[in-house]
Amino acid sequence: MTKETGKIEQGLISSWINRGASVLDLGCGDGKLLTYLIEQKQIRAQGIELNEQAIHRCVAAGLSVFQEDIDTGLTEYGDKSLDYVILNQTFQQVKKPDFALQEALRVGKQVIVGFPNFCYITDRFQIFFRGRVPVTRSLPYEWYETPNLHFLSIADFNQYCKKRNVQILNSAFVTKNKKIRYQPNLFAEIGLFQLSKSTE
Amino acid sequence: MEVNRITTQKTLGNVETKFFTFACPPEELILESGEKLGSVTLAYETYGTLNVQKSNAILVLHALSGDAHAAGLSKTDDVLGWWNDLIGPGKGIDTNRYYVICSNVLGGCRGSTGPSSVNPKTGKPYGADFPLITIGDMVKAQTRLIDHLGISKLLAVIGGSMGGMQVLQWMVAYPSRIQSAIPIATTLKHTPQQIAFNEVGRQAVMADPNWKRGNYYGEAVPAKGLAVARMIGHITYMSDASMAEKFGRRTRTEKEPFKFSADFEVEGYLHYRGDNFVKRFDANSYLYITKALDLFNILNGHRLVDVFHNLKAKVFVIAFKSDWLYPAYQAQEIVKACKLAGVNASYCEISSTYGHDAFLLETVQETQIIQDFLESVSNGNGNGAEHV
Repeated sequence: MTKETGKIEQGLISSWINRGASVLDLGCGDGKLLTYLIEQKQIRAQGIELNEQAIHRCVAAGLSVFQEDIDTGLTEYGDKSLDYVILNQTFQQVKKPDFALQEALRVGKQVIVGFPNFCYITDRFQIFFRGRVPVTRSLPYEWYETPNLHFLSIADFNQYCKKRNVQILNSAFVTKNKKIRYQPNLFAEIGLFQLSKSTE
Repeated sequence: MEVNRITTQKTLGNVETKFFTFACPPEELILESGEKLGSVTLAYETYGTLNVQKSNAILVLHALSGDAHAAGLSKTDDVLGWWNDLIGPGKGIDTNRYYVICSNVLGGCRGSTGPSSVNPKTGKPYGADFPLITIGDMVKAQTRLIDHLGISKLLAVIGGSMGGMQVLQWMVAYPSRIQSAIPIATTLKHTPQQIAFNEVGRQAVMADPNWKRGNYYGEAVPAKGLAVARMIGHITYMSDASMAEKFGRRTRTEKEPFKFSADFEVEGYLHYRGDNFVKRFDANSYLYITKALDLFNILNGHRLVDVFHNLKAKVFVIAFKSDWLYPAYQAQEIVKACKLAGVNASYCEISSTYGHDAFLLETVQETQIIQDFLESVSNGNGNGAEHV
């Protein structure tokens, strides 16, 4: 899966990460976000990615990257062995998002999740007035070719965190490279969350 | 970009095999078994130029049936090196930039000391008197060659299959002497299945009446047994898909008036491969080297988490999707050990239908990814940094 992380999202994610931290990016694509975080925060970076071509580009960028499937888990990583685990734009594409996020929360002291908000106003309009599954900037795929397996809204995710005892440390919402503060579930294309979960 | 990479490639001209002899008595090489061996000769070839800082040397490690002639045209018999598609000017391992070394393993029969060499104590070939050797012994001998060439730290060690085991051995036994390592299509240790295939090969050699407990030098060699061993080997190097594509059920044109003649192309191919192998390989070397493969266990009683704990080198593990002899899960174990030790590692599983042979054949994909990796290593691009 190749994806472009917007400048503002990159900046937001970077602002949540401490200098020199260890970071694992799940579904790191061609490694642009990791490279940015190395430049900005001198992180110790690792990526996991399924796509062979994307792996090649990561290797060319000098990144530490593993061709693995997130859906099979992060078994070789110990509990809280990493400072941050990132699931940016991958969360909605894995087969078992609950399992992937719980694994990320197990191995990472903190987890950063980014996903497209399925209840963004344009999506709602397309469903309501056109009677069609939305195709928008943040959800650019037709139903028959989308890599997105799960469709969730910012409100859904808030509720999920409450139900699963996941602590939201920070959140930010973005539309067209601008931060959204008012009614994000309606006006934000993308939701970003900084999470943690204590190991009981 | 792809096009440029291919069109700028040239083959090295004539190359010559050189010989380095060391461990002359009384300072013999002490083997892992405790036995002493000397003197020892290693056949080796080098391509490219060693820079003034001696920081651009790459050691290429060959597989079971390989030799020192990895690239270019052999001066003696006009044969192209076994990894010629990957090593040369402008190629994946670029001889315009790197000084590439490849040596025949200890125990081999292609110029290095092995069971077919003359035992100085008897004046006759060692045969079965040759001591048992290990992957560790092969690598120990290589360090002597590297010393001889005046290199204290290698930019990279690269190899597939048994060559990959030697890479792992370098990572564990000489971690401070390598800046990076690329183990390809290999394993931390052989599984029962891998040992079983090797044992059938060894039994085929030893069942040949010409083998005579290894004392056949100067007489008829156990050609039939070694050829059968090689045929079994070749089956395990290919895949169901690659054999179907290469041979199908096509039959051969020249039929012999015999019920069990080789009717199918696949049979003819295996016969051809077996017979050819006998011409260039010593049956005793086959026994010693396959035994070294089976005995190899890089864990050696250590836990997976501890095996690479001293390693500062950057590691790039490569596997191939259709390789059933050294399946990808074995490469993933290597990756896991790297992760547990906090080694700066990467892992790629290349799509291929060639089976285990892919490491010799998928050179276009290997070129791109190895070139990029070596580039990042030689630029000191430690992106991601050590010890996550």
